[in-house]
Amino acid sequence: MNHDAYPDNYIRGILNSVKSIAMVGASPVNVRPSYFAFKYLAQRGYDMIPVNPGHVGKDLLGKPFVASLSDIGRPIDMVDIFRNSSHILPVVEEVLTLDPLPKVIWMQLGARDDAAAAKAESVGIKVVMNRCPKIEYGRLSSEISWMGVNSRTLSSKRAPAPTQGMRLSLNRMSVGGGDTAASDRAAKNKSEQS
Amino acid sequence: MSDRLPGFSTLAVHAGAQPDPTTGARATPIYQTTSFVFNDADHAASLFGLQAFGNIYTRIGNPTNAVLEERVAALEGGTAALAVASGHAAQVVVLQQLLQPGDEFIAARKLYGGSINQFTHAFKSFGWNVVWADPDDIASFERAVTPRTKAIFIESIANPAGSITDIEAISTVARKAGVPLIVDNTLASPYLIRPIDHGADIVVHSLTKFLGGHGNSLGGIIVDAGTFDWSTGGKYPMLSEPRPEYHGIRLQETFGNFAFAIACRVLGLRDLGPALSPFNAFMILTGIETLPLRMQKHCDNAKAVAEFLAGHPAVASVNYAGLPSDKYHQLARKYAPKGAGAVFTFSLKGGYDAGVNLVSKLQLFSHLANVGDTRSLVIHPASTTHSQLDDAAKIKSGAGPDVVRLSVGIEDKEDLIADLEQALGA
Ligand SMILES: Cc1ncc(COP(=O)(O)O)c(C=O)c1O
Repeated sequence: MNHDAYPDNYIRGILNSVKSIAMVGASPVNVRPSYFAFKYLAQRGYDMIPVNPGHVGKDLLGKPFVASLSDIGRPIDMVDIFRNSSHILPVVEEVLTLDPLPKVIWMQLGARDDAAAAKAESVGIKVVMNRCPKIEYGRLSSEISWMGVNSRTLSSKRAPAPTQGMRLSLNRMSVGGGDTAASDRAAKNKSEQS
Repeated sequence: MSDRLPGFSTLAVHAGAQPDPTTGARATPIYQTTSFVFNDADHAASLFGLQAFGNIYTRIGNPTNAVLEERVAALEGGTAALAVASGHAAQVVVLQQLLQPGDEFIAARKLYGGSINQFTHAFKSFGWNVVWADPDDIASFERAVTPRTKAIFIESIANPAGSITDIEAISTVARKAGVPLIVDNTLASPYLIRPIDHGADIVVHSLTKFLGGHGNSLGGIIVDAGTFDWSTGGKYPMLSEPRPEYHGIRLQETFGNFAFAIACRVLGLRDLGPALSPFNAFMILTGIETLPLRMQKHCDNAKAVAEFLAGHPAVASVNYAGLPSDKYHQLARKYAPKGAGAVFTFSLKGGYDAGVNLVSKLQLFSHLANVGDTRSLVIHPASTTHSQLDDAAKIKSGAGPDVVRLSVGIEDKEDLIADLEQALGA
């Protein structure tokens, strides 16, 4: 996979197929990006599992925190990692010990570790880096258009009026994959510098 | 679902708009409402906390305006946009995110006169200090950079004389200085020039001109290219630092490559207040659907009119970058190959009196202070917008006593030429 620019179909396929998502580094603090994403994905019907050893015994929006991925005790479809790039590798190594393996490892906006990604891909796990699943879901459904964001999708179809807790269709026509050409280039330059 | 890149005209008609989910209305409805009901207390809290996508109050966002925002972001190749009440409002909101009192920004000397006023006087009272540079001398931008520089501001095609700016060269200076390049793309529109493709980090427009295109609605817009890294060195605290207005959210961290557009909305528009009326957004959206057709006709007409004027005995000189003899012709071929725009100046051998005489005799060209209308427009700056200046100052600002500015419309070019011919003749 070219991690500088994902085709929309790749992201769409992931968001359409996964049901359970373990979020590593989920925060109960309601201004943290992980909280935003956790809440949004739960509202859109995903089975969310918060993973954070610092909060075991508490819950996040009604879902009990677990200390580690191996404590989940049931198969999961996707691991969403809310950690800095420098903390990605150990999490990916932990993911690779799970049985069965999840289908997807997703690294949050700002997080990227190409070596860790290659390890996961070598055993057939799909990897997304430096993206937010909330933003991608909002973009492909065009719900994010309320905020003036370029969803880079078009549709002449009448969508159902969105309500809380409803899954939205992500199957609009894509206007070029990944991010805009200019923002992709900027992200690539940044990751090459670091 | 293939990832296929639709063309500019398809985006001009479709981007951001889909049939209304509740009624099936195909044209974008005018959501003429101040506010939007919440589903419940938690939904309200999620919206106010920026955790959910949705509408609260039209000063912060409105569904009609949102279609306009996504449309222009798509046409410019940006990640997101924010529509505001006017082009000038867009400029204030952009700089409010970038500058703290005592900071500086570098601006091209060749700008719309209103922007020169805004930067020199209004912004000075905010403690935002403009430093002028000459777009014909790229090194002058480099020399103007100081540790307090926070942005560089240029026009792609500069008002009034229609000169073309070397966006790439200036973007190199901006990158070296570690500051964003802001390009006012009003006179080009994204049909002629897409500044983001040439290194712009932020694009602003007066939608009042070619994008709306019909001289009926004021509006402005800010497009985020998604290219600038706001997190470095705490230089842009509105984006990189926890915001007390939002319980400590860091906008860059939360919104990634459209954080600047969000900052403009939730820290700029929300608090300064220059919201665009949804009715104006609707009018401008309707205009944008025909932007490619109109813009090409504007340019073709402007070239024909410029050629006519260049051959007329009463005319001393024509400044139109679409003419092969023009100083900016090479830049026009590089940046605006489809046409050099439709706003330009020319000077009359008969000086001030000839300018006044011409304007009074024209029958189709309207004498007014605007550009980018379907109708052809004319102004004699020395007797109007620049009449307060002395002759030396008039000449320096490109508005000498003999200078006339045209904004060529989309009428039949033969009629425009005939009108100029009768007015210049007798
Ligand atoms: C190049 C340019 N920028 C900005 C503006 C200001 O726009 P508005 O009048 O919509 O505030 C104008 C208006 O003439 C303009 O020509």
